[in-house]
Amino acid sequence: MELIKKIVTWSRIKSPWIIHFNTGACNACDIEVIAALTPRYDVERFGVLLKGTPRHADVLVCSGPVTRQIKDRLVRIYEQMAEPKFVVATGTCACSGGVFNGCYCVEGGIDSVIPVSAYIPGCPVRPEAIIDGVVKLLGSLDGDPAPQGAVPAPDAAEPVKQGTAV
Amino acid sequence: MSKVTIPIGPQHPALKEPARFCLTLNGEKIYEIDLRLGYNHRGIEKACEERTYIQAMYLVERVCGICSHSHSTAFIQAVEEIAGLQLPRRGLYIRTLIAELERIHSHLLWLGVAGHEVGFDTLLMYAWRDRELVMDILADLTGNRVNYGINTIGGVRRDVTPRQIERVTKAMDTFEERTKYYVQVATEESTLIARLSNVGKLCYDDAMRLGAIGPTARACGLERDARKADPYGLYGELDFKVITDKHSDVYGRAVVRLLELMESYRIIRQLCKGMPEGPIAVKAPRKIPAGEALSRYEAPRGEDVHYVRGNGTDKPERVKIRAPTLANLQAVAKMLEDNYLADTTIVIAAIDPCFSCTDRAVLLKKSRRRNEEPVLWNSLRDYGIAWHRKQGLDFGDMNRRFGRMMERSSR
Repeated sequence: MELIKKIVTWSRIKSPWIIHFNTGACNACDIEVIAALTPRYDVERFGVLLKGTPRHADVLVCSGPVTRQIKDRLVRIYEQMAEPKFVVATGTCACSGGVFNGCYCVEGGIDSVIPVSAYIPGCPVRPEAIIDGVVKLLGSLDGDPAPQGAVPAPDAAEPVKQGTAV
Repeated sequence: MSKVTIPIGPQHPALKEPARFCLTLNGEKIYEIDLRLGYNHRGIEKACEERTYIQAMYLVERVCGICSHSHSTAFIQAVEEIAGLQLPRRGLYIRTLIAELERIHSHLLWLGVAGHEVGFDTLLMYAWRDRELVMDILADLTGNRVNYGINTIGGVRRDVTPRQIERVTKAMDTFEERTKYYVQVATEESTLIARLSNVGKLCYDDAMRLGAIGPTARACGLERDARKADPYGLYGELDFKVITDKHSDVYGRAVVRLLELMESYRIIRQLCKGMPEGPIAVKAPRKIPAGEALSRYEAPRGEDVHYVRGNGTDKPERVKIRAPTLANLQAVAKMLEDNYLADTTIVIAAIDPCFSCTDRAVLLKKSRRRNEEPVLWNSLRDYGIAWHRKQGLDFGDMNRRFGRMMERSSR
């Protein structure tokens, strides 16, 4: 049993498939996520593959503050992902709402809607930071006690109830 | 044949931003397109009214992360016009230099995305590899890869050193060489030409009628460029051509953008050569006098319009942003008509859409096809009350009591 568990964890770490979702970002973080996939940074080296549908993905990479329009859609996409699933908040806006805090159409950071596994701050995040964040998230799966710099998931974030999406 | 409606989005693999397209198909051809926007609406215009001009400038920069310098410059130009500030020459040179570098990064980005949409991923990887060079230059000059934050009211915040100028000039040689290769690919690669030709046609009259702007309009032979039509900053003194093309399809748009890159290199060479000595900014007052200004700016995607009204305090009274994509969306609906479903992504990508720019305000329309009328605020409120009542929630009585209470307290 131990061996199987080890193999599953190993394969999970070696090929994390991501889905990228813009929850109201200004495009800067999105472009940097794509830049991380292109030749200079090339995260495919680590087995990271960008997928088109949430049903294929392990990691949900969100960018931008959650707008009221996108909130229900974000929850629905999160629910469509198969377990185990992880959420990475890229950019200051995704972490906390950033400069858009207080705007009438903004809910706040990603963690105000769905639980977040890793926060990557920056406006916008540099591709190096994205790689660092993803690698640290994967490292934490290996049973490493919260690696330096990576923030563990907050207990405060409410678990999303099934079937809340409108 | 019966018509089929296919909803796409808001989450979809084609573009990186949320938008919903409802395509009605007649067989394989598109009969009608319904576009839903607003997923990225954050309320920036309203938020600007609660922030000082300097704070608003950084907020406006984050309207869009690709043409961030365009938005901040357009906003600042309007503020400077109200305040009656005369910018120092060196400040203008640096501002224009960043603007043109931004155009290069945006056009290369588009080239890659367009390559990806037609299944030519090699072009995506090549274009984005070269784009990293211009990102390095921007990071070197301004300190950040995107959202440069170099503008300030009355000039720029960072000076450039002669060594940096030298590096920029040298990089232009590399870019020119690479872009020549892309032009060669675009004009000789038969599969690419076959894929892009006659896709998303928009004739000159339609472009004129629907108010298309930027490379989308210029690819229809329409000479529309705010840099020439209404020269702002330094563009009146610079020597450059407005690139137009007669193809009127996606292929034409690709050619226009590639040739515009060559023009940008020429502009940057002129700027580097003629950079004068002197201060980079003038001191700006904290409080901007009452007045209003409209500023036009040629962003990489087309003309960006900002309207600012000041009321004598340190906060703007009203800010209005009209981003280029909004002007081009009408044209997209026209382009898609009677096209194949498979061409949808490349036709939409061909205007280089930026929905975070576009999502400024929300206008709800009743979705009955025949009589589309805007939903007014009061009827929306009535609808909300009725909806909640159906769910078993009635706040009517509480609202009335609350209203009476407010009336009594005001007396």
